[in-house]
Amino acid sequence: MHPAIQAILTIVIGVGGCIGYFWASNLFLDKVLFPARGPEAGRNIGRANMIRPWLFLAPAMIALGLYLAYPVFATLKLSLFSKGGDTFVGFGNYAAMMGEAKFWESMRSNALWLVVVPAAATAFGLLAAQLTDRIWWGNIAKSLIFMPMAISFVGASVIWKLIYDARAADQAQIGLLNTIWMKFEGGIGSVLILQILPAIMLGVFAALMVWLLWSLIAPMARGMREGIWTRLGRILGAAITLGLALVTAGWAIGAMTADLPYGTPQTWLTIPFWNNFFLMAVLIWIQTGFAMVILSAALRGVPEDTIEAAILDGANAFQIFFKIKVPQIMGTIVVVWTTITIVVLKVFDIVRAMTNGQWGSQVLANYMYDKLFTAQDWGVGSAAAMVIMLLVTPILVWNVYSARKEMR
Amino acid sequence: MANLKLVGVEKAYGEVKVLKDIDLDIKSGELIVFVGPSGCGKSTLLRMIAGLERITGGDFTIDDVRMNEVPPSERGIAMVFQSYALYPHMTVRDNMAFALKLAKTPQSEIDAAIDKAARVLQLTPYLDRLPKALSGGQRQRVAIGRAIVRNPKVYLFDEPLSNLDAALRVATRIEIAQLKEAMPDSTMIYVTHDQVEAMTLASRIVVLAGGGIAQVGTPLELYERPENEFVAQFIGSPSMNLLSGEIVETGARTRIRLEGGGEAWSTIATEARDKGLKVNLGVRPEDLVPASEGTGLYTGEVEITEALGEVTLLYFKKDGDRQVVAKLPGIHRELRHASVTLTADPAKIHLFSNGRSLLYRDG
Ligand SMILES: Nc1ncnc2c1ncn2[C@@H]1O[C@H](COP(=O)(O)OP(=O)(O)O)[C@@H](O)[C@H]1O
Ligand SMILES: [Mg+2]
Repeated sequence: MHPAIQAILTIVIGVGGCIGYFWASNLFLDKVLFPARGPEAGRNIGRANMIRPWLFLAPAMIALGLYLAYPVFATLKLSLFSKGGDTFVGFGNYAAMMGEAKFWESMRSNALWLVVVPAAATAFGLLAAQLTDRIWWGNIAKSLIFMPMAISFVGASVIWKLIYDARAADQAQIGLLNTIWMKFEGGIGSVLILQILPAIMLGVFAALMVWLLWSLIAPMARGMREGIWTRLGRILGAAITLGLALVTAGWAIGAMTADLPYGTPQTWLTIPFWNNFFLMAVLIWIQTGFAMVILSAALRGVPEDTIEAAILDGANAFQIFFKIKVPQIMGTIVVVWTTITIVVLKVFDIVRAMTNGQWGSQVLANYMYDKLFTAQDWGVGSAAAMVIMLLVTPILVWNVYSARKEMR
Repeated sequence: MANLKLVGVEKAYGEVKVLKDIDLDIKSGELIVFVGPSGCGKSTLLRMIAGLERITGGDFTIDDVRMNEVPPSERGIAMVFQSYALYPHMTVRDNMAFALKLAKTPQSEIDAAIDKAARVLQLTPYLDRLPKALSGGQRQRVAIGRAIVRNPKVYLFDEPLSNLDAALRVATRIEIAQLKEAMPDSTMIYVTHDQVEAMTLASRIVVLAGGGIAQVGTPLELYERPENEFVAQFIGSPSMNLLSGEIVETGARTRIRLEGGGEAWSTIATEARDKGLKVNLGVRPEDLVPASEGTGLYTGEVEITEALGEVTLLYFKKDGDRQVVAKLPGIHRELRHASVTLTADPAKIHLFSNGRSLLYRDG
C-alpha cells in the first residue's frame, strides 16, 4: 500500500475510533447502565453524570499511563541494571557516567543552553511584541517572526546548516555567514564592525548588569525592611548579574584583542565552545515567535489606564515599559521562560542534525541517544534519561504552578 | 494656584468633531464640574486638559502659558481615574511614591508626603498592602492619595465615584468636598454624569451637550435660571415639565395660554411684538401646587402616585409623548386616578422659545 494512503487510513481510523468510542460509551451509559427512565430516572441521571467525566478521561489516562508513567519506572529500573539489563549494578551506571568527559561536556552545554536560549528567546519575543504593537505592518512582522514555529527542529537545522556552510576559499560561498565573513578583509571597517562594535555592545551589556546589580543591592544598603525571601532573591540576583557582568566584560576585552583569521572561510560548527551558540541560534530563532505571541497578548492585557497614570506621573517610554508593563506581565514571562527552558533541556534534534555532539557541542538528550541506540548501553543511557528528568521536573512544576496562577 | 483658560478648543477624530468651540475660564481655587449625558465628551475634554488626548484646535493655557504641546507630566496636574488605575504590582506606598521617585524627590520628602496623605485619607494601616487586598472605597482613596502627594496645581477627577455602591458614594462625595475645603488654593475639575454630585460639589457647573457647552454657572443659577431647555431638563429630578403654549399678553408680566386650555402668568418681561409667540412653558415638579378647577395652568388625571415619605410624586396621564409630573409635600395616595388642577408661582415659570430661555434673549 502507498504510504500516503496508509497515513490517511490511520487518520480516519484514529479519528473515527475516538468518535465511535465516545458515542458508544455514552450511549451505553445513558441507555443501558443508568437509563433515564423508570422509578430511578432522577438518581440514574445523577449517577450517569458522575461517571461521564471518567469516560472522557479514560483514554487519555490509559495512554499516559502506558506511554509516560510506565516508561518512567521502567527507565528507572533499567538505569540500575547492567548494559544488557540482566545484572543489578545499583548506582554503577551513574558512577560510570560521572566518570565520562562527554557527560560533563553535555552538562556544561546544557547549562549554557539553559542560560542563553530562554533568556534570549524571551527577551527577543518581548522586544518584538512591544515593537510590533503600534505599527501598521506589525501583524505582518509578527507573522514572519512566528513562522519558524511551524518548521520542525530538523527542518530548521537543515536551513541553518546551509547558513553555516563553508566552501574552499577560492570557491563561491553558499553559506550566508561565510559570504558575509569573506566581505571583511581586515581593514579599518572590519575592525570597527567585528571588534569595536561587539566590544561596545558587550560592554554596554556588562554596564547594564552592573546597574542592575546596583539597583538590586541599593535598597539593602539603604536598610529597607523586607522579607527574608525578597532579600535572598536580591542576593541571588546580584550574584547572577555580577557573574554575567564579569563574563561579558571579559568577552568585550577578548573581542577587542582578538586576532581574526580574515580571508579564510570558517567551518562555524567545528569551533569549540562557540559552536554551541551557533546551534542555540536555531532554537532561539524558533522560540522567539512563541514568546512573542504569548507576550504580545499579555502586553495587550495591561490596562491602558495604568499606562496613562504612569504618563501623568512623569514616566518615560522606558520606565513605562520596565516599571509598569513588564511587572504586570511578570507571571506570563515566567511561564514563557520556563516553557522554553523545558524545551531546551530536552533539546536533541538540532544537535543531532547539525553536529551530532562533536567538537564539544554534546547535549544530554543526544548523549542519552548515543548511549542507548548507538552504544546499545541500556544502563548508562537510562541513567542519562533519569538525569534529564530530574532536571526538568522542578522547572515543570514551577511552570504549571505559574501557568495556573496566571489563569486565575 | 492655577487659572485655566480654554479658547475655541475642539477635538476631532478624523472627520468627526466630538467637541467644538469650547470657551471656558477656570479660576484658581474653583471646583468645576463637567456634567452631561453619556458620550457627550466630558472625559475627552478632561483628557485634553490632562494631555492624554491631543487638542486638535483652539488654545489651552494654564496661568497664561500655552499647554497644547506640553507633555502631561509637566502641566502640574494629577488625575484620578474612574477605574482608579492603581499599579497592581506596587504596594499602596509605592503607588503613591511612584511619581515622586521619578521626579527624584529625596526619600525623606517622599516619606513625609506619603505619611501626611495617608493620615488625611485614613490609609496608614494599608500602606504596605497591594491594591488587590483593598476594598473599592480604599482603592479610591489610594487613587486620590496618589494625586495629593504630588501637590499638583490642578486635580482632575473622571467619574471617581461611579464604581462605588450608593452608600459609599455619598460618603466619598463628602470626603472629596472636605478635601477641597482643606485645599482652598487648588483647582479641581470633576467629571460626572450624576447631577446630584454636580449640584453638591461644584462651585460652578459646566453642562456639556451635543459637542458644546450648554451653560456654565453655579448650581443655583443652573437650577433657577437655565439658559435652554436642555439644561432646564437635565438639572433637577424629576426633570422640568414643558408645556407648549402661546403668549397672549405682554409687558412687565407675561400671560401665556397653553394648548391644554390652561393659562399662566410669568414674571418674565416681554415686548409687544412677542404677542402670539409660540413658547414652551417650563415648570419644575416641585413648583406645581394644586389649584381649584378652572384657574390653573394644567388639569389632568393622575395615573400613578409615588409616595416617598416627605413628598409624593404625581405622574399624570400622558398626552402624546409629554408627561407632566408634580411633586407635592406630604403623602397623597388618594389622588391616584383623581383629576387634579395645578398652578404655579409666576416667579417660578420659565419660558423657552426655540429651545432658548426668554430670560437670556438680549444678552
Ligand atoms: N478614539 C476615538 N475615536 C473616535 N471617537 C471617539 C474616540 N474616543 C471617544 N470618541 C467619541 O467621543 C465622544 C465622547 O466620548 P467621551 O468623552 O468618552 O464621553 P463621556 O465621557 O462624556 O461619556 C463619544 O461619542 C465617543 O464615541
Ligand atoms: Mg466618560
